[in-house]
Amino acid sequence: MKSWRIFFTGVGGQGTLLATRVLGEAALLADIPVVVSEVHGMAQRGGVVESAVVMGAAQSPVISDGEADILMSFEPLETLRALRKCSSSSLVISNNSPISPFAVASGREQYPDVGEMMRTVSNHVNKLIALDARSLAREAGSELSVNMVMIGALMRQAEMPFGREVVETVINTKTKKVFLEMNLKAFDLGFQAQ
Amino acid sequence: MHELLTAQPGSKQLLLGNEAIVRGALEAGISFATTYPGTPSSEIGDNFYRISQETDLYFEYSVNEKVALETAAAAAISELRAMCSMKHVGLNVAADALMTLAYVGVKGGLVVVSADDPYMHSSQNEQDNRYYAQFAGLPMLEPANSQEALEMTRTAFELSEAYKIPVLLRTTTRINHSRTPVEVGLLQPPRRTGAFEKRPFNLVTVPMVGRRLRVELLQKIDNLRTEASVSPFNRVEGKGGWGVVTSGVSYNYVADAVRELDMADQVRVLKMGMTYPFAEEICLDFLKGVERVLAVEELEPFLEDKLKILAQENGLTLEIRGKGEGLLPRYYEFDPVQVKSAMARFFQLTYQPVKVEMESALPQRPPNLCAGCPHRASYYAVNQALGDAAAIFPTDIGCYTLGILPPLEAADFLLCMGSSVSSAGGFAKAQEGPVVAFIGDSTFFHSGITGLINAVYNDHNFILVILDNGTTAMTGQQPHPGIELTPEGRQPPKVDIEAVVRGCGVDRVETVNPLQVDKTIAVLKEMLADKQHPGVKVVISKSPCPLFERRVTGKKQKVVFRVTNECDMCRRCLDELGCPAFTYCEDEEECAFISIDEHLCSGCSVCKQICHAIKPKKITA
Repeated sequence: MKSWRIFFTGVGGQGTLLATRVLGEAALLADIPVVVSEVHGMAQRGGVVESAVVMGAAQSPVISDGEADILMSFEPLETLRALRKCSSSSLVISNNSPISPFAVASGREQYPDVGEMMRTVSNHVNKLIALDARSLAREAGSELSVNMVMIGALMRQAEMPFGREVVETVINTKTKKVFLEMNLKAFDLGFQAQ
Repeated sequence: MHELLTAQPGSKQLLLGNEAIVRGALEAGISFATTYPGTPSSEIGDNFYRISQETDLYFEYSVNEKVALETAAAAAISELRAMCSMKHVGLNVAADALMTLAYVGVKGGLVVVSADDPYMHSSQNEQDNRYYAQFAGLPMLEPANSQEALEMTRTAFELSEAYKIPVLLRTTTRINHSRTPVEVGLLQPPRRTGAFEKRPFNLVTVPMVGRRLRVELLQKIDNLRTEASVSPFNRVEGKGGWGVVTSGVSYNYVADAVRELDMADQVRVLKMGMTYPFAEEICLDFLKGVERVLAVEELEPFLEDKLKILAQENGLTLEIRGKGEGLLPRYYEFDPVQVKSAMARFFQLTYQPVKVEMESALPQRPPNLCAGCPHRASYYAVNQALGDAAAIFPTDIGCYTLGILPPLEAADFLLCMGSSVSSAGGFAKAQEGPVVAFIGDSTFFHSGITGLINAVYNDHNFILVILDNGTTAMTGQQPHPGIELTPEGRQPPKVDIEAVVRGCGVDRVETVNPLQVDKTIAVLKEMLADKQHPGVKVVISKSPCPLFERRVTGKKQKVVFRVTNECDMCRRCLDELGCPAFTYCEDEEECAFISIDEHLCSGCSVCKQICHAIKPKKITA
């Protein structure tokens, strides 16, 4: 069996943990071996949140630099920071809607140009899919559903060992009922993007 | 009902290592669980807490790890199965109890969980707590995934009860916080009431008792060595003339390396799950069957050293390596490429890791105090009260340690839980400048009180600011003895911090609300200026964690704040307060302005009090 090493990065509060959980549950449902590794605690306070979903033959909970098959990035600056995880064969799915780090927000540093960052990423990897996940999430009902948009895009763009219906089943059974409609819509918008 | 109670036996669940430990304990019929929260162990206690609301399980958040262990020990002596979980440094706090509890032993199974944190994701050091098993003389199990976490927890209870000794379950962050599929087993009903049998000449560790128990402990360890040799958790995989010995999460890196380096026919892997007492028979057998051995283990050369001793004692001369130049480091956690590279080098295989693109000089994104965090207001007030005067800021462990970052820069020294108060006394005696120490409410209960009594008794001269946000915020908003906000409403605290401070003998105590900026600064200034009354003075800076308050009370935010055109770009909000809701912007004509992100603003009003240009705006639904 081949391996899928999917590295997730984003900013605390963007819901990357729910995204990795949903993907992990989908793998379990499809009977694909899976390891989901999360980061809890101090690292979450508005800082970078990195997590990983590893499926198939590989069983290490950590993804080394250069070994991610797929990079799922919820924020463009974090896409560039996580580029070290990628190789020339990686697929990158990146939200292109920025969240300023405090050093930028306070005017001490400049936020890099998003177009330029995406070009750097694109030159380094096999394929880059950049989408405005924040707008799509708003369209679905709330920015809180950025994670579902991203998972939707993943299911469309990557060759996964299970279909979108498996993920939708998990969204149905494992996410909060009040957000269910929004989550499914966000997932679909991500799936339809590009 | 809690998911860990409803999961059907035989079904597969995607569980965190911490959840698997809880399920394993429930399958072992646990009656009694204690903890002090600490990453990466916190979800063990949090799940026990929720389960205790629905079952006969007794669970408590104890005030610190030593108390947690002593409480759980009493339950286990009284024939109940008990678990005490903590992060690695928590075991230092509990060590005094642990070392002698090993002598005394237990009747009901007692499992002590030590969650280590290689790479210090959320800790002040990365000590390798496997040495505690050897130090205290306790059997130890080390799971490599969630399935093993569950199975080893069950086994740990059985071993503990069979040998009447506490068992150490040692995990690391990547085990605690990884989800892997787990086939769950049958739940066992807990025994509700324990029974204590008076046996003072076994349970009261006066020297004459201790002397006998010490010898008995060594005998137990010897007997357990046989157990380790037949443990299914110590097993050999693969075939060939090369050897790898590994345990815990590292096993997964080794397994991936063996597959990816295509060496399954050349290497035998000894996967150790019961790592103390050392399974000498299995290991000797293994060493005799291979030409050279690489020990793959994070942090210290715990297994490696034991293998070397064993080889020497048995006249074996094969090469045994692990730590050192060109192989594996003693610091941080491993990753798959690192282990692959070390194995390739040691066994002389060709392997070239993928070239990695490193982006340097990107704006950093360190964690920050949340918008509306009362700790920011407290630090702002202290900085304002001090003005140009320099003070030493001993700090402590919690969200508020983030005060180290600019622009607040309110942290100068930190060792461990409670070190703020005691070190403040030392700094005050050792040098002449002012000292202002910071400690959180939960940390104060954990280990601040003893230091405060010491400060009063020894006439230490400093100001202690107790940052009371009404919860143990950083680890996930666990309660503590001083909490007032509960889902049932505001209640008087069971233990009142101000009363404790006064009870410790502090005369000068003020409770302030840091969100009232001027009043707080005034109180601090007065205390700093008061040279008439030397000694320790305490400010209790009390305002709830807004995330906690919103979750518990459902309180709706009424206002947000905005920067009006009266702003003269003095930048004090950015340079002195540093709230993450603020943004420095430039319009099309490159004219600078400051704005507040209404989605982030929590409506705390601190910024409004320091700047006339900031005005409230009602939230319309």
